[in-house]
Amino acid sequence: MKRVIKFLSASFIFAVMVLNANLAISADYKVGFIYIGPPGDHGWNYQHDVGRKAVDEAFGGKVETVFQENVPESADAERVMTQMALAGADMIFATSFGYMDPVINVAKKFPKVKFEHATGYKTADNVSTYSARFYEGRSVVGHIAGKMTKSNTIGYVASFPIPEVVRGINSAYLAAKKANPNVEFKVIWIFTWYDPAKEADAAKTLISQGADVILQHVDSSAIMTVAEEAGVYAFGQASDMSAFGPNAHLTAIINGWAPYYVEKVKQGMAGTWKGGEQTFDGIGAGMVIIGDLNDKIPASVKKEAMAIRDGIAAGTLHSFTGPINKQDGSPWLKAGETADVGTLLGMNFYVEGIEGDIPK
Amino acid sequence: MFKLIPRENVSPVLSLLGPLFSIGFTMFVGGILFYFLGVDPFAAIKMIFWDPLMSETFSTYSIPQIFIKGAPLILIALGLSVGFKANVWNIGAEGQYIMGAIFGASFALSLYPLESFFIFPTMVLMGILGGSLWSMIPALLKVKFNVNEILVSLMLVYVAEQLLALASLGFLRNPDGAGFPGSRNLSLYSSASNSELIMGTGIHLGVLLSLLMVVFFYVLLFRHSLGFKIKLLGNSPKASGFSGDNPNKLIFLCLTLSGSLAGLAGIMEVAGPAGQINIDFNVGYGFTAIIVAFLGRLNPIGIFFAGIVMALTYVGGELTQFMLNLPAAAIQVFQGMLLFFLLSFDLFVHYKIKLKGKK
Repeated sequence: MKRVIKFLSASFIFAVMVLNANLAISADYKVGFIYIGPPGDHGWNYQHDVGRKAVDEAFGGKVETVFQENVPESADAERVMTQMALAGADMIFATSFGYMDPVINVAKKFPKVKFEHATGYKTADNVSTYSARFYEGRSVVGHIAGKMTKSNTIGYVASFPIPEVVRGINSAYLAAKKANPNVEFKVIWIFTWYDPAKEADAAKTLISQGADVILQHVDSSAIMTVAEEAGVYAFGQASDMSAFGPNAHLTAIINGWAPYYVEKVKQGMAGTWKGGEQTFDGIGAGMVIIGDLNDKIPASVKKEAMAIRDGIAAGTLHSFTGPINKQDGSPWLKAGETADVGTLLGMNFYVEGIEGDIPK
Repeated sequence: MFKLIPRENVSPVLSLLGPLFSIGFTMFVGGILFYFLGVDPFAAIKMIFWDPLMSETFSTYSIPQIFIKGAPLILIALGLSVGFKANVWNIGAEGQYIMGAIFGASFALSLYPLESFFIFPTMVLMGILGGSLWSMIPALLKVKFNVNEILVSLMLVYVAEQLLALASLGFLRNPDGAGFPGSRNLSLYSSASNSELIMGTGIHLGVLLSLLMVVFFYVLLFRHSLGFKIKLLGNSPKASGFSGDNPNKLIFLCLTLSGSLAGLAGIMEVAGPAGQINIDFNVGYGFTAIIVAFLGRLNPIGIFFAGIVMALTYVGGELTQFMLNLPAAAIQVFQGMLLFFLLSFDLFVHYKIKLKGKK
């Protein structure tokens, strides 16, 4: 019996020694990404993963990227980022708004690791944030929507009543109204970013209310499928979704994270990366990309849409240029005045002409 | 083809070996799955079960994390196990967990920014109350109208999730949060914060309570007459009635007890590791706890170990995802297999298979 115990304990110690070879990611510079959903969603997460792969390619073998999908916006996010930092990550991209407080907490514990948080507003010495001016893309699709609708009713499937989404609705509405003064917006809030069934239901409801163009600020391709079946138009969100509705898909607002990710990793390696920065880039910087235009769009409308895109990129055009009143009729922007970033980032009101209320 | 015949003598040794067998079999079949996903199965299994405990890089951080992740699982599973013993099936612990968090957090946030010693204990009690009230709905319907508690408790999870969304976007939304969903962070409100007990580990009161509850439930089930009554109700409701117990009272007790524990887990989580009420606050502890309860053989000490093993698969599973590129779904399949193999093993322990010959 003693011998057996001796043997067992010896083999246990041996196993500990063999198995305990130090774990770490091995490349010179290690970059971690955490995603709220699967990269196969053809939407939000997919584009972040495109950005990650661009980093892989840009630096050859010098940079190694790792990622984790389906990380809930809770205590789990904190643990995942801590484990990545322990595994030797030099930079971590947290790609969803809800990772904000976890990022700040983990950043405190790992002052040498650089954190980049998408769409948040809290920064620190080693935390910077980045977000895209998606509303610029909404100006382009809003214009196309205004020109393409025959029923003059445009449906809008919205996720949460947060400034980013409200900003998108306002921007799309202003552009659509300019293109077609008779246009009307119908908005349905579904309180989720990703729920194909709910998104499809909302789209069906909007179509039954007469909408023949659907805009979306939710992540799945379900709306595109519904639009294709119903013979109405829609726009891809975050990624090109034309595969799900070749006839319905007019164009897409594509998130272009790749140039930003490559640049930030380059800065990190060169030691020029800075914390506390808040990047808010749009079409000009390539963070918002307008996808291919469907041939169903008349040539004249295509030309106008491209003119809007190029004007915004060049800085000669702004999605929010006065005169604009708020929904209640009170003045917001004077003629020729453009919206400041602060108001845009905290936008919690509709512009004049949109019916209904923002849910409180 | 074949027929299942109940065994007259069920071997207690085999019955205890079930969980170990199912862990072993899960490792084996999981390894095959990982192999076909292009990942070295030995490296993956080692990373799930070994590295969080033993690797120099991770263990100092991940050992306390296993207890933190395990605490809500153990708390909820303990409550559920009492009901399961009595044949009372509360499937809705996830909803009770959410309601515990909402009740407790609402109480604390309604007093913000008042600092006082009574806030934390009252908040915890409110959390327990929230969970137990939510479980009283299926309990009352079951006792008064004989409505199936499985359906009611499960459906109420979805109601609770909607209330959670409502709270995050509406009545609990952080007024200083720039319009984004989510409540104030309770960990930044010192009177309501379930802060760490041991510096730098993250170990909080909920972890301590989960250990104390293991002892409490052990005494309750094995040293107290109530435990006997509960088991009697489960094994033979008729005998339970003859012995003068009121089955309705026991059913009510079992459901509210499990609801209270789920509520306690919820308030501990929201005031501690999670920090805030948000739309994605619940991550499935209430459902995973069902696996933990069975894996632990409905025995408090077994549940403790089962909770730790399950937490290990979470913490280690995360490592395999970013170190070895295993998809998240593969880890979920792995966790699901634990219960699957346990139940199939139980079948063979409790039944004989008799092949029917062709005539």
